[in-house]
Amino acid sequence: MNILWLQSAGCGGCTMSTLCAESPNVLDLLDGAGISFLWHPSLSIETGAEVRKLLQQVESGEQPLDVLCVEGSIVRGPNGTGKFHILAGTGRSMLDWVQSLAQRANYVVAVGTCATYGGVTSSGENPTDAVGVQYEGSHRGGALPADFTSAGGMPVINIAGCPTHPDWVTETLLLLAAGELTEQSLDGFGRPKFYADHLVHHACPKNEFYEYKASATKLSEIGCMMEHLGCVGTQAVGDCNIRSWNGEGSCTRAGYPCINCTAPEFEEPGHKFTETPKFAGIPVGLPSDMPKAWFMALASLSKAATPHRIGVNATSDRITVPPSLKGPKE
Amino acid sequence: MTQKSLLVGPFNRVEGDLEIKLDVSDGRVTAAYANSPLFRGFERILLGKAPTEALTITPRICGICSISQSAAAARALAHAAGAQPSSQGEKVATLLHAVENLADHITHFNLFFMPDFTRPNYEGQAWFDRAVARFTAMKGSGLRQAVEARAELFHIVGLLGGKWPHTLAIQPGGATRAPSQRDKIRIGADLNAFRRYLETDLFGAKLECFVEVKSRDGLDAWTTGDVGLFLEISRDLGLDQLGVGQGRYLSFGAYPSADGVIFRQGIWQDGKLGMFDPAAITEDLSHAWMLGETQHPRSGQTAPDTLMRDEAYSWCKAPRLSGDVFETGALARQIIDGHPLAVDLAKEGSVRARIIGRLLEIARTQIALEALLQEIDPKQSFMEVVNIPQNGEGFGLVEAARGALGHWVRFEKGEITSYQIIAPTTWNFSPRDAQGTPGPVEAALVGAPVAEGEETPISVQHIVRSYDPCMVCTVH
Repeated sequence: MNILWLQSAGCGGCTMSTLCAESPNVLDLLDGAGISFLWHPSLSIETGAEVRKLLQQVESGEQPLDVLCVEGSIVRGPNGTGKFHILAGTGRSMLDWVQSLAQRANYVVAVGTCATYGGVTSSGENPTDAVGVQYEGSHRGGALPADFTSAGGMPVINIAGCPTHPDWVTETLLLLAAGELTEQSLDGFGRPKFYADHLVHHACPKNEFYEYKASATKLSEIGCMMEHLGCVGTQAVGDCNIRSWNGEGSCTRAGYPCINCTAPEFEEPGHKFTETPKFAGIPVGLPSDMPKAWFMALASLSKAATPHRIGVNATSDRITVPPSLKGPKE
Repeated sequence: MTQKSLLVGPFNRVEGDLEIKLDVSDGRVTAAYANSPLFRGFERILLGKAPTEALTITPRICGICSISQSAAAARALAHAAGAQPSSQGEKVATLLHAVENLADHITHFNLFFMPDFTRPNYEGQAWFDRAVARFTAMKGSGLRQAVEARAELFHIVGLLGGKWPHTLAIQPGGATRAPSQRDKIRIGADLNAFRRYLETDLFGAKLECFVEVKSRDGLDAWTTGDVGLFLEISRDLGLDQLGVGQGRYLSFGAYPSADGVIFRQGIWQDGKLGMFDPAAITEDLSHAWMLGETQHPRSGQTAPDTLMRDEAYSWCKAPRLSGDVFETGALARQIIDGHPLAVDLAKEGSVRARIIGRLLEIARTQIALEALLQEIDPKQSFMEVVNIPQNGEGFGLVEAARGALGHWVRFEKGEITSYQIIAPTTWNFSPRDAQGTPGPVEAALVGAPVAEGEETPISVQHIVRSYDPCMVCTVH
């Protein structure tokens, strides 16, 4: 399976993250699955004229293309021209290139939340009129139309995340190469279900604090960050705490909130990223699939039942009260 | 006399999108024009947001210098608040930041720079087969080892920063996770593993031996590891005379803390060290698709010229210090810090000098981090409470892998009213200014040899990549 990878209006961080794949390293991992790059901007030897020739060959159909990976959002400005990003050396906008090459690809994969939904590049006043490859925020229809399907019969495959986890990228590509990824493998926003059917909350080390709503009041405290610090791990899709990042990491493990970076429009939460919006002192956002009345009832009950250990630790920057030990068996 | 013009792009194995236009006469580059062809407008995206949002937004300017952007934003906010981070939190931030810089240097050498020596142009050279074995793009043994060593080094960021890139762990008050004694031991093990990679593969010798090299003569005697192979190639191809810069270097000072810096701040010109004055920075817009006047970044603006006027040729502004062009990066840092080998390389200012500057910095940074880790005391607090005022103004100056990075922020009634960023490659790949003076890489390309029939000259590739440009940071 061959891949043409283009970097559009993003930060390149999803490539950099993918290079962190381990066991085996990303080069051996893809090679072992028979996956090769026709061209990748950070990895390939070819540059300049050699790349222009390749792009022409793909566009004309002379060079078959299995997968077009697009990293970064697609800018449509100024005034619909796409000229805020001309692909170097070609005189043509990336918008134009992506629209054209997508017609030749068997599958189109958007890598990262910029490419999937617009992401941070589309934040604020969205100065460049940035969109995702097939979505504009949560609305279907981006640089490619809402009803686009590639030659392989799939809509754009959205590996959302800011950045994406290295395994989300490599495993999606491996599934594609094995012929095991179908439209049924994707959730309602086009994300592979193998990671999008989990919540960041799953396996979060703060789960015991969450159970009692024992909350951190400021960054660096180890309690649950849902009540005060903007954490939306109970609503955000991703297996971040199940598989962990860069060894044993994750956002919540490092003491800062999940900001839902796998979701459309995460870049504009409508409040500060590290502050929970509240109505009458109660957090506005509730855990996914949780009836509000039950949440309120359980939260007040569990809060009242918070053990001393958990209450003290929640507002400490490390465990200060250890779990009690059981005495010897009689 | 034959004259022609070449358009080089897409210029890959650099971070982001780069296009270079070359005027060529009689087989030599006579003029070069560096175009950063992507504008995203982060400085505008930040307007109207709460100042703290910069901690989430600005790392996403760049997926390779993400922690540098975090560090600059955190320092700018602390400066505006008149606050100091916790001294222990500052050490954690330094550790995170330096790990990113180390990883970036390794990535550059192995993945971006060295593969060019495996091109068929060089078939038949005494070193060619060894270069192919080590540095063939995506396949060479050197690349594989580097990718694995880098991924394992980033476990330090996973542990303390949650993930890489785009951590939110660095805050104006310090760092969000207090490392335990066990974490410290684990980080020490990760650093040891990285040292083993450096000494076995990259240097082929103790790091301390490379740091002891004091002159260019000493370099000639270095034969081990990938460094030895690079030096052999360099001698053969004359990389010590290719891509020579202007001899003016700038460093904001790397890893500032209450205890000082690890690599000091300053400028280097006319062969000697000078003081850096942050008030002397300006950004010239004459050849950028930007509207407005030359300004200090404190009062600068980012208004893209959507008509893309003909006199301009890049989205990149042209930063100048007291009106002069400056080169920034690892070589600049090591020269300004006074390492004798770097000082000896200052006048050379070549492709080789930039690569050696980076290698020297890898060795010195690894050693510095091992010492820094010992200073981390898990019993202390790693975060001070910092209250960001409703109105304020500040700046944060740090050193990214590629050089001097500055953030200048102003906010009123809790909303950002101005945010200006000058990234390292904004300096190095700046377009011409109003006087017509080219930016550093534009000047360094003049004189580069272009062989008959070359559309993407190999010499130009060596020179451009020797700067390790980060184009996504450049315009942001």
